[in-house]
Parts: sequence; structure tokens; C-alpha cells
Amino acid sequence: MSERQILKGCVALAEGAIAAGYRFYFGYPITPQNDIPEYLSARLPQVGGVFIQAESEVASINMLLGAAAAGARAMTSSSGPGISLMQEGLSYMAGSELPGLVVNITRIGPGLGGIAASQGDYRQATRGGGHGDYHLIVLAPNSVQEMYDLTIKAFYLADKYRNPAMILADAILGQMKEPIFLNPPPLVLPEKPWALTGARGKKAQLIKSLYLADGEMEQHNWHLYEKYRRLEREEVLVETDLQEKMDVLLVSFGSCSRMVQSALDLARSRGIRVGFLRPISLYPFPQQAVREVSREVGKVLVVEMNTGQMWDDVRLSLYPGCRARLLARPGGGIPAPGQILAEIENLVKAGDGIDESVHQA
Amino acid sequence: MALTKVFTRPDSLRDINFHFCPGCHHGTAHRLICEAIDYYGIRERTIGIPGVGCGVFLYNYFDLDVCEAPHGRAPAVATGFKRVLPQNIIFTYQGDGDLGSIGMSEVIHTANRGENITVFFINNSVYGMTGGQMAPTTLLGQRTTTTPYGRDFRTEGYPIRMAEMLAPLEGVAFAARVSLHTPTQVKKARKAVLRALDIQIKNMGFSFVEFLCACPTNWGLSPRQCIEKIDGEMLQSFPLGTYKNRQDS
Ligand SMILES: Cc1ncc(C[n+]2csc(CCOP(=O)(O)OP(=O)(O)O)c2C)c(N)n1
Ligand code: SF4
Ligand SMILES: [Mg+2]
Repeated sequence: MSERQILKGCVALAEGAIAAGYRFYFGYPITPQNDIPEYLSARLPQVGGVFIQAESEVASINMLLGAAAAGARAMTSSSGPGISLMQEGLSYMAGSELPGLVVNITRIGPGLGGIAASQGDYRQATRGGGHGDYHLIVLAPNSVQEMYDLTIKAFYLADKYRNPAMILADAILGQMKEPIFLNPPPLVLPEKPWALTGARGKKAQLIKSLYLADGEMEQHNWHLYEKYRRLEREEVLVETDLQEKMDVLLVSFGSCSRMVQSALDLARSRGIRVGFLRPISLYPFPQQAVREVSREVGKVLVVEMNTGQMWDDVRLSLYPGCRARLLARPGGGIPAPGQILAEIENLVKAGDGIDESVHQA
Repeated sequence: MALTKVFTRPDSLRDINFHFCPGCHHGTAHRLICEAIDYYGIRERTIGIPGVGCGVFLYNYFDLDVCEAPHGRAPAVATGFKRVLPQNIIFTYQGDGDLGSIGMSEVIHTANRGENITVFFINNSVYGMTGGQMAPTTLLGQRTTTTPYGRDFRTEGYPIRMAEMLAPLEGVAFAARVSLHTPTQVKKARKAVLRALDIQIKNMGFSFVEFLCACPTNWGLSPRQCIEKIDGEMLQSFPLGTYKNRQDS
């Protein structure tokens, strides 16, 4: 199935999950991600899968926990408010070292907010979100093709690290249609000797996150710590488009990075030397890449659809002494390429030196 | 003369001393469930999912696969398991705070879907593990650490009757309330546990057994006084009986 098709982002994501061998979906309706459950409620029975419309997102995430503990590749999808309800379960999954995929097709918050696209859930996604010292593996597509490819990748990483993974997309990526190639990599499902399937011919096994004995939980946290450091060393995904002697480096992720790419073309056509860096894995964040490239360029413009969340990660990673600016729009509307271009031109004119100012798009 | 062993631990129950307080009925419930698992020979395909409460340490005692669930969410976790492993026997083991309060939504919807799992429900009318606070099953007038003047229906509502509440749902094939306070009642309870698992083995739908249990520590009573309390007040609020028993087809 490698011919070109035109698909909606949500559908591409669902097909990616099926290509990754997943057969269990649990979810509760919420705009703007309803295309995923609606599509899967028809599609999963065709491939021998199970679709459950759960009574809440609290139930969804715990069904996912159970299916994962039984060794299956399973997924749930939601948006802002629903993802908030899942945080307890995600913390338990991280603590119990259970893989699974959670898709957040974000909308603007806080609260009930609105249904327009926003990148305001970056912090919740990358910092853990629930209680305790853990991370999700977070991948951020910026095209319909990546909605497919990164979903497959997310299942693979979740299993490899026995940790829940999240696809962080938004209403734009979920709804837009683009040409896409469905080229699934060969399906290799990993052995899961830890999964619970009954103590037949083997010792009874246990999956838990409760460790009460003296020092046990501390040790467990250090074990998780090692896992996250390994992720940071080995699994960073980043796209770069660099030039010689750049004037400005643009950093952006997800749907917003598409506007930034348009602005980049405009800037280059005017002779401005612009580089582009797009974190694809938001956790692990491409710290090293940002550090190295910012050292070369000296001036960095971050563009995101929130009031400055990835901004924190960029500032933690910058080469000391860089001039960095944030062009922010909280979502609900999109920073226009013209605005981004104006900001690039501004930054080119500015002198060197530290500047961490925030500009509203 | 050779001696015959007439009473022993069920194979599914590990030879470890319970951590439960003296006079607590969690241990009796554990034993009955393990006996039934042995009776059907299903230990190797059974997965237990304890809720959060004094029963959470079930995994120390039951010699079978066990998965912990967040407080109240065991029926949702069980649903995930059962859909992946329909041939396995999946049960949850939940307290009254776990199931009747924070996890009310999960248990009702799991029951209503007719999920083919078994829920064992320990009704001891308090939150045992956290120090004896009011549970949704706390009796009217009962003093707990958060109802120091006794539960008052005007401010705290009434004790919830889970077996009666779940029984009318179409997805429920079996719902019973039993007690563990006398040998006769334990025998009846054993039958209910057997039937609940039988229902699951036969794929007949959701099965539910509520056990009335003592929590001497948080009731502030001796084990003997606890038995009197169950026999009197508790049975009045929580009548024993089989509220649903779908016939084999
Ligand atoms: C989300 C959440 N809230 C609160 C708690 C604290 N907690 C642990 S056990 C428990 C109540 C246990 O009572 P019950 O379910 O009746 O079990 P018992 O100990 O009486 O058998 C509570 C409130 C928790 N673990 N998680
Ligand atoms: S606190 Fe109550 S429920 Fe918990 S072990 Fe002691 S007697 Fe049993
Ligand atoms: Mg209780």
C-alpha cells in the first residue's frame, strides 16, 4: 500500500496505529479529535480489533493501562480537558513502566477554553503532567505524513522504553488533508516477558507502582532517571535546515513550524540567511542541537502557539550570550508568515547580546 | 495410624501471614476467593486487580498474576485486560471507598457493558487503610474520624447499597451480598464466590459479590463486638441475599 493518498491528519494517525499492530482503542468523545474514534470504530472491527467508547477519560486511560499490562499495543486519544483527566493514570503507567500511546489533538485552554488549535499543552506534555518524577515520550508531527510515521515510531519507543508515549498534535494537524504515502515498516512486535497473561508454567508476576519498603521507591526513581537519561542520549528527533553564516535561527514545532517554514522561504528570497530547527521529539528535547546551532548563529527566534512554553526549553539549551526572542500567539489564531518575517527582519537589525524578549503575534 | 490432613491452605494462597488486624475479614475473603480459584483449576489463567485500600497487598498473598490499579479504577483496568485476554479470568478486589465512592463511575459502566469479569467488594463501612474516615457505606449514626458526631443523613446522605444498585443493570448476571461473621454465613459466601466465578467461566456477564466485613481497628471494637455489630445494625442496613442470578442458558 505505497501509493499516494489524500488523508486527513486524524485518519492518517489512526492508520499509523494500525500499521504499528495496535488493536485496542479506548476513548471518550471530545472536539477536535472525534475523527479518530469515529474512524476507528469502523476500522478496528475490520482488522479484528476492539473499540470501546469509555464512560470517561479516567476510564479510557485505565483501560489502556490494563490492555498494556496484558501485553497489547493500545491507544487512547483526546484533547486538553480529557488529557488532564488522564494524568493520574499516566503517572501510574510511568510508575509501573507500562507502554501505551496517548494522542492529544490539542485545543486552546485553560478550562473548557475553545476548540481552535493551540500549543498550550506543551508544558503539561513534556514535564510529566501527573504526580511524581517521570516523563512521557512526546513526539510532535507537523504534517499528515508525520501523523502516520510518528505514530508508528511512538509505539515502538513506548515498547522499547516501557513508558507511555504521547503524540502532541493540534486541531490544525488533525483536520487538514495532505497527500501521504502509507509505507509501513515491517512489523516486529517485541517480546514482553513482563506482561501478565496468567501464571501458566511460570512464576506469578506483578505489575505495580507501590513500593513501601525503606529506600525502594527512591531506588525505583533512580531507575526511571536512568531510563530518561538514555532516552535523551539516544532518541532525540530533530529536523534542521541550515545555511552557511546564518543571521537568524528559527525554532518552532508542530503546525506552527509550517508557518515558520513559509516565513523562512520569504526571508531567504529577500537574501536573509535564515536557519530552521524543529524539535520533533519534544521530550527528549534536542538540547544539544539547539546549543550547537545557536552558538553558530547567535540570534534565535522561537515561534509558538502559546505564550512561551517551548521557549523555556530553548532558553535552557541556548549557547550562553545569544540573543533570543519569542514570537508568541496563544492559539485560536495562527502567527502569519508576514508577521514572522517582520520579526526576523527586526532581529537581524538588532545588535548582539543577551535579549530574551517576548513579542505578541 | 496415618494422619490425614483435613484442612489446608488453598494452593492459590501463599504461605505467608496476613498483615491484616486481628478480627479483620479481608483474610477470610482472600481465602474464599483462593479456594474457588483452586476449585475451578483456573489459577494459571486468573489475573487479580486489587483496588487501593487494605486489600492492595493482595499480590503478596495470591499466587497468581496481579496488576495494581489506581484508586477506584480497577474495573476499567480489568476491562482492558479482559478485552485483550478474553480466555483469562479477571477479577477485581475493591473496598467500599474504592468502589462505592471514587470508583463509582467505573464499576457502574463496567457492569452495564456486561464486561465478563468478577468484582469482589469489601464493605467494611469505613476507609480502613487511611484511618477510618466515612465511607459511602457508613451506617447512619456511625462515628468515624470524619463523622465524629455520627453520620447524619441530612448532611452526609445514606449508606449506599451496591448489590441492589447494580443488580437491575442488564449487563449484570450475578449480584449478591454475603457476610463473613459466622461459620454459616461463610459457607453461604463460599457458594456466592463459586457462582460468581462460574458465571465468568461460562461467559455470562458481569458478576459481583459484596462481603460485609469487620474493621475492628477503625470501628474501635473488639472482634467479638464487631460480630455483634454486623449481626445487628449492619445486616439491617445491608440485607443479605442474591439480588440477581442469571440462569445458565
Ligand atoms: C486518588 C486517590 N485519593 C485518595 C487516596 C487515598 N486512599 C487510599 S486507600 C483509601 C480508602 C480505602 O478505603 P476502602 O476502599 O474502603 O478500603 P479498606 O481499606 O477499607 O479495605 C483512600 C482514600 C488514593 N490512594 N488515591
Ligand atoms: S484497618 Fe480495618 S480493613 Fe484494614 S486491615 Fe485493619 S481491620 Fe482490616
Ligand atoms: Mg472500606
